[in-house]
Amino acid sequence: MSEMKRTPLVLGNKTLKEITDDICAPVETIPSKEWVALFLGAKTLFIFYILTIAVVVSTGMGLLGVNSPVAWGTMIITFVFWVGIGHAGTLISAILFLFRQKWRTSVARTAEAMTVFAVMTAGIFPLIHTGRPWLDFWLFPYPNQRGPLWVNFRSPLLWDVFAISTYATVSSVFWFIGMIPDLATLKDRAKNKIRYTIYGVLSMGWKGTAKNWSHYEMLYLILAGLSTPLVLSVHTIVSFDFAVSNLPGWHTTIFPPYFVAGAIFSGFAMVITLMSLVRIGFPKFKDYITIDHMEVMNKIIMMTGLMVGYAYGTEFLVAWYSGNDYERYVFFVSRAFGPYAWSYWTMIFCNVVAPQIFWFRKFRRSIPVMFVVSIFVNIGMWFERFVITVTSLHRDFLPSSWGQYAWSMYDTAILVGSFGMFFTIFLLYLRVFPAISIAEIKPVMNVGKDEGGH
Amino acid sequence: MGNKKSLGGIAGIFLEESQVLQAARKVRESGFIHFDAITPYPVHGMEEACGIKRSGLPYVTFIAGVVGMLAGLGLTYYTSVSDWPLNIGGKPLFSLPAFIPIIFELTILFAALCSVAALFVVCKMPKVDPPTIDKDLTSHKFAIFIPENDVGFSQDRVERLLKDLGANEVKKVAEY
Repeated sequence: MSEMKRTPLVLGNKTLKEITDDICAPVETIPSKEWVALFLGAKTLFIFYILTIAVVVSTGMGLLGVNSPVAWGTMIITFVFWVGIGHAGTLISAILFLFRQKWRTSVARTAEAMTVFAVMTAGIFPLIHTGRPWLDFWLFPYPNQRGPLWVNFRSPLLWDVFAISTYATVSSVFWFIGMIPDLATLKDRAKNKIRYTIYGVLSMGWKGTAKNWSHYEMLYLILAGLSTPLVLSVHTIVSFDFAVSNLPGWHTTIFPPYFVAGAIFSGFAMVITLMSLVRIGFPKFKDYITIDHMEVMNKIIMMTGLMVGYAYGTEFLVAWYSGNDYERYVFFVSRAFGPYAWSYWTMIFCNVVAPQIFWFRKFRRSIPVMFVVSIFVNIGMWFERFVITVTSLHRDFLPSSWGQYAWSMYDTAILVGSFGMFFTIFLLYLRVFPAISIAEIKPVMNVGKDEGGH
Repeated sequence: MGNKKSLGGIAGIFLEESQVLQAARKVRESGFIHFDAITPYPVHGMEEACGIKRSGLPYVTFIAGVVGMLAGLGLTYYTSVSDWPLNIGGKPLFSLPAFIPIIFELTILFAALCSVAALFVVCKMPKVDPPTIDKDLTSHKFAIFIPENDVGFSQDRVERLLKDLGANEVKKVAEY
């Protein structure tokens, strides 16, 4: 029986020193013109976003298109969109770690960073959506002078407060702990005192002794084990925001797995978008984030895309099988053929049809093709949340209360601006932290090479 | 910097992973017990070679998880049942199924943060500007450090042992 040959995870016969040099290079050299151009663009958009938020907060939520009956709009849609994107990072860094998928190593750091920044971006939306963000601390159960009047622990919206804040905390800690040995590397390579001090403080005195590594690897395993149920719980709880209500189109038991699959789907699409750009910006990284890595992630996109498509179908089946007039109406009349049918079919095309091109190996391994598909999936997954939120609300039980979402230019500004925030932080990250885990890539550098292996 | 004074000793610098693994095994066989191996990445088999016991961190995780779970249960019970009972939608005051997400999240939060804190304690972190043997030990070199208080430590013996094991460089370390 012939042995299956593994594909190498790191291309080129690199020495340990070359790996360190390659990965530290973006942090230690003057940024390229492309990076500066991207950063200036993202930063300008970010400033525009801050101004938009200032106007919306100072004037009021009425600037956005939310009204009765569509009381949840851009804020909630875009919140779910960004939280969803955050899921791929933890899937790669925690779940694939538990499954001993060695290919995850090259992309884990950046995917985890994407998670942290996406959750940061997402967290702003519900805070503004409350309408009076200066009172947002009321969301937390703290002893107060109003009774004390406690929060309502029976509400899914409060579960969300706990889920998102726990997720943001644990994934940031997981990300940072993973970086400590690499920050020590950057400290030891520092050529000047300021750099030495900053990375010295950040690396917290990491020495890399065998005893330290022994505890460290155990902690990494523990955090991966804790993050795995956590990441599944977060989008489950986000879906409860909808599923626990009685509204047709929201009140479905399929929501938790459907949301989690969609989150992983959109998150991997964002990883592909970012990695395609990183590969262009830092050509050396092509040896670490190889076309094989991209292909594996495209396979995951195709698989989760099929799961999402299956969920869309199940919703129709259950609506028909329930025999409930309102359920049937929402799916068969208002969602697929109503005034927002264009958004529904945009979603179907982007999420179910477009990824099918990945059945062909040639397209799975083509950067331009996967970049375009990943953009389609990002758009499609935003529309999925639009479809769920708006089309369920705009036609409820009573025809006299039907209405449309009054999309305003502030909705557009908030949506587009949030990308400015995300990309500003992400581009800064690429310059400040090693974008690939130096200490994790070294043990797998010989995978798939003839002379290596145990 | 810490309460315990740093110790001096002798370190051998190695260039190959296989060498340092072999050296750790031999140093341990020679009777040294307080030595440590410094590597830029976790080396497979190093724990066995150095005779390091399995990390105790999971015990911290478990206890912290249980505390977090009880804290979640206590918080929801105290606020919803005991301190100010409110009838919300006719649901029971103690609506356990609705409290499970809160209890779950607090379990994870406590377990994760306490495990990280435990790592900091056992690794004596954070420490600003720790002593360094060689700047390349976080990049591409490996080291075995034998402190001067180790059993049977003598400068000649240690230097010879590390040289024989293939150390590229043997140097005295004032404090580590």
